[in-house]
Amino acid sequence: MSGESEKAVFEVPVGPQHPALKEPILLLFKIEGDIIDDVMARPAYTHRGIEKATEARNYIQNIYLCERVCGICSGIHTLVYTQGVERLAGVEPPPRAKYIRVIFLELERIHSHALWLGVAAHELGFDTLFYYVWRDRELVMDLLELVTGNRVNYAMSTVGGARRDISDEAAHQIKKGMEIFRRRLDVYTGVVEKDPTVRKRVVDVGKLSPHKAVELCAVGPTLRATGVKRDVRADDPYQAYDEIPFNVATYPTGDVLAQIMVRVMEMYEAANIIDYALDHMPKGPIRTKVPWNIAPNEVISRGEAPRGELFYYFKSNGTEKPERVKIRTPTLANLPAVCEMLKGYHIAEIPIVFASIDPCLSCTGRFAFIDERHDRSWVWTGEQLRAYRRRYYKWQNR
Amino acid sequence: MAMESELVGASLRRPVTLRYPFERRPVPPRFRGRLSWDAEKCVGCGMCVQVCPAFALELVGKGPMAELRYYLNKCVFCSQCVESCPRDALTMTEEYELADYKHKIYEFRRK
Repeated sequence: MSGESEKAVFEVPVGPQHPALKEPILLLFKIEGDIIDDVMARPAYTHRGIEKATEARNYIQNIYLCERVCGICSGIHTLVYTQGVERLAGVEPPPRAKYIRVIFLELERIHSHALWLGVAAHELGFDTLFYYVWRDRELVMDLLELVTGNRVNYAMSTVGGARRDISDEAAHQIKKGMEIFRRRLDVYTGVVEKDPTVRKRVVDVGKLSPHKAVELCAVGPTLRATGVKRDVRADDPYQAYDEIPFNVATYPTGDVLAQIMVRVMEMYEAANIIDYALDHMPKGPIRTKVPWNIAPNEVISRGEAPRGELFYYFKSNGTEKPERVKIRTPTLANLPAVCEMLKGYHIAEIPIVFASIDPCLSCTGRFAFIDERHDRSWVWTGEQLRAYRRRYYKWQNR
Repeated sequence: MAMESELVGASLRRPVTLRYPFERRPVPPRFRGRLSWDAEKCVGCGMCVQVCPAFALELVGKGPMAELRYYLNKCVFCSQCVESCPRDALTMTEEYELADYKHKIYEFRRK
């Protein structure tokens, strides 16, 4: 080495089998010393072809297929799917069904955020908190099991309403459970706010400015943690959210602590929403009939998943099967933001900063080309896709 | 340093682990286990086959005397078939210990 200090930039690949959550993603870091200079994320190691598979199944079968897009947010996926099909068919679900949907969605939000809080604690090396949070998450899981019969794939929402009713007894148990959960949450809020080991790892780490967050189209808690008040439940109310008063939780600092605090506040909000919804649930039927074949139509449907805005696009063609279903999951929208958040921090902070967007990577798989004969694989960019579209339509209209 | 009270509480608590094969947790009221079929009620309309998202059901034969083949290894336990059955011939049992080394296929037969 010469006397002058030379900047040595290393490329460090993290993943596909490594970072934060146990799902495959490649993060290619350019490292200068110990500081991250640049990041390139490559998702799509788990392409499952769900969008294509929806075209081969009828609207009823697709409920259960879309439910399995994501394991943790299975409730919101069914809801946004069924909401979209209802819009396609021009059917309005009964009011009681809307409240039932809201209740199990908020229960799901609590369990998802509690799961994330545990995972975040684990990434910080604070495994005690991880075990305790997950123990209390079981409270919510048991309530979900009580109402829906299952811990994960609830199969609760169907095209035209809800599949199961919430009895008075179950409502009483949910309320009791929420009370206990709120008390437990007070403890964890105190731990996160006061514990010096937590604070040292999360304060001023992974900062994102509100301007940059909006520019990179961040969604959900990642965006709200920068102080931007944006939530599909409040901005474009679906189901019964326009009748339920709630606050959109925001936190101004934009670091990992803000991500934790936003999610903790959202858990409190969700508990309040559940209590309100149980008190104000109207009586009546829980489902309406929906035609088997749906006339040609085109709609979008969106909802606020625990991780952010979930977006579905539908096109029907008059048969029992959809012509096209397009799914945009929140993690895909948050990937550019997390790449920005990682820049300028140390290698040791990769796990917690990356985990702070609550990545659910199996939902982000898109497509890749694989040529088996020549042993090549490649991915198309947006520009190449547009060029292909031009070629394709030229060929069709020749 | 904010979890001492938790530690005290946990030290006084009894373990919650069940000794599984001897003790079992009761299943929740709306549990969805293995499918069962009532030959008396079934009219062989094939609605269950049409709505099954996992293609786990198959009609054997045609008409009102058709029988049902149930692929347990494909079933996702959504209970859509139970919901769609116009004669309530299908029910979900509370059986859940279904793991096996080979693909389990149930041939539901009319006697």
